[in-house]
Amino acid sequence: MHAAVVVFPGSNCDRDLAVAFQAAGMKVSMVWHKESTLPEGVDIVGIPGGFSYGDYLRCGAIAAQSPICRSVADHAGRGGYALGICNGFQVLTETGLLPGALLRNAGLKYICKTVGLRVETSDSAYTQGYAEGQVIHIPIAHHDGNYFADDDTIARLRGEDRIAFTYTRNPNGARADIAGILSENRRVLGMMPHPERAADPGHGGTDGQALFRALSGMLASA
Amino acid sequence: MKARVHVMLKAGVLDPQGEAVRHALGAMGFDGVNGVRQGKVIELDLADGTGEAEVKAMCEKLLANTVIESYSIEMQSRETA
Repeated sequence: MHAAVVVFPGSNCDRDLAVAFQAAGMKVSMVWHKESTLPEGVDIVGIPGGFSYGDYLRCGAIAAQSPICRSVADHAGRGGYALGICNGFQVLTETGLLPGALLRNAGLKYICKTVGLRVETSDSAYTQGYAEGQVIHIPIAHHDGNYFADDDTIARLRGEDRIAFTYTRNPNGARADIAGILSENRRVLGMMPHPERAADPGHGGTDGQALFRALSGMLASA
Repeated sequence: MKARVHVMLKAGVLDPQGEAVRHALGAMGFDGVNGVRQGKVIELDLADGTGEAEVKAMCEKLLANTVIESYSIEMQSRETA
């Protein structure tokens, strides 16, 4: 069970994500953005939160064009797993691996607080450790987390059961209260909240642990 | 040759920054503004032979996110720039 965590200039949750993967029993490799290939045998790629390339142009836009992101796209294209958190979610939408885009928060403010999330589907390697409808508490920390997609895309996400998490109280104006979505093959998850910041009793909450443990168990048995 | 690329949020995409600007203008007494949309202008200094088709490809691939943004390209020769 091997996870790779991509590190861009400006990433700041890369180590937290590595620690969360490790705590769930995974081997972790850190991968610098200038690398053009992922380490041999990587099962899942984690794209961490932060401010890749200073959020220049648009959040995640420059990172999406980096050499490593081409191999992340290849990995996902082969059916590999990828988890993008916060800025990582923005990168995944900019690469086109997930539909939609993340806009400036409707209230214009950067928001850093723990929010309630409803688990909308337990049908994924990431969410199988939760019950459908379960409410968990995970921190958010973002300025551009307002999920936008056109009506057809939202309807398709709903119809295909690809909305992973919704906010119990929408903090940022996201359409359909969306906090996280899955790819068509359910192996790519993008989410604005930070499960890696609620993965140890020292964090003040452990609701994110089940995501990493389920992922580790699922991929190990696959 | 220079190119000026205008990038705007598409109609129908909420522009909270534009809305905040409109609100501020109203508060300052500028009552005659029904709406504000805020975008960005990107100026490209092009090498000889780089044409509009290539600038369009740049817009599609990087300069604009066509999920949420529209763009327009203004090509300017050096003499008029």
